[in-house]
Amino acid sequence: MGPELIAPALYETLFPAGISRYAVGGLLVGLGAVVIYLGTGIAAGASTFLESTLSYVSDQSRFQRYRASRDWRVVFTLGIVAGAAIYALTFQSGLVSSGLYQSGTTGELREVGGFTIWLTDVQPWRLFLGGILVGIGTRIGKGCTSGHGVCGVGSASKTSIVGVITFLAVAIGTAQVVMALGVTP
Amino acid sequence: MSQQRHPLFMPLIFVGGLIFGFGLGFSHMARPEVVLNFLQFEDFGLLFVMGGAAVVTGLAFALVPRLRERAPLTGAAYGRRLKSFDRNVLIGGGIFGVGWGLSGICPGAAYASLGVGNVTILWAIAGMFVGAYAQGYWRSQRTAAETISAGAD
Repeated sequence: MGPELIAPALYETLFPAGISRYAVGGLLVGLGAVVIYLGTGIAAGASTFLESTLSYVSDQSRFQRYRASRDWRVVFTLGIVAGAAIYALTFQSGLVSSGLYQSGTTGELREVGGFTIWLTDVQPWRLFLGGILVGIGTRIGKGCTSGHGVCGVGSASKTSIVGVITFLAVAIGTAQVVMALGVTP
Repeated sequence: MSQQRHPLFMPLIFVGGLIFGFGLGFSHMARPEVVLNFLQFEDFGLLFVMGGAAVVTGLAFALVPRLRERAPLTGAAYGRRLKSFDRNVLIGGGIFGVGWGLSGICPGAAYASLGVGNVTILWAIAGMFVGAYAQGYWRSQRTAAETISAGAD
């Protein structure tokens, strides 16, 4: 799978930012899920947090069924935010560097109090409207990119594999249409 | 499980989340632009994020149950993540796909995006809560209505 095995020009086209930061990041995402699994037996997903957290403020039965797991799901999500913040304080701020890491050209980097934060250029209406559909779809569809995509596929679950193929195909079609309509960023 | 939890339960969940979130930041999957570039066939690197993560979990889910029966912190039997299949998987997956393709953001990546300083992502997180609430409200009402009509029969 290394660059030397396929034509360099094709590799450049398919992977203009290389593959190392993606692969290293992916292995760490999997490792995070495995650490939790080893200790607790839980194959965690990120989208259940949305409904389990709503159980704190709503008595609806769909949310109350997640009552037993709602506290650790908050801790899991805070861990994800904090882990990404550690990355931002180290690699993103240039405090630590590695040949496996490239800073990239997307979005906007801004200096705040000696650290570098990153901000998206994608328009708020896309984030908000897309977010609503993600909130509806992941919960009806029984999982998201982490639940179906990482833990479900890792479990060789047919349901998850079909789920991933569905949301990936529809997402590709949607993104292509949005691009063709000239919506950018 | 919530009655008497092992004292290391929450710290372990937090550490797992830290590694998970660090990986999402390092991989740039926390950046909607990078996801959109993948979906628009401009950079296929994201395949290695999802693929790499699934390989690691796949190895663990296949090997760990053979080595140990139960998880030390919960006493729960090691299993896999298996969910039943029905048309909701297709309907929900389709709706999620439209949202992911429009915004470039999914739940885990959105939390991580906040961590890298991207406060703009609060729009997406707010949207996810609105969407999750809307479907939960609707399904709760429908379940209640079905229970009542079943009781009347």
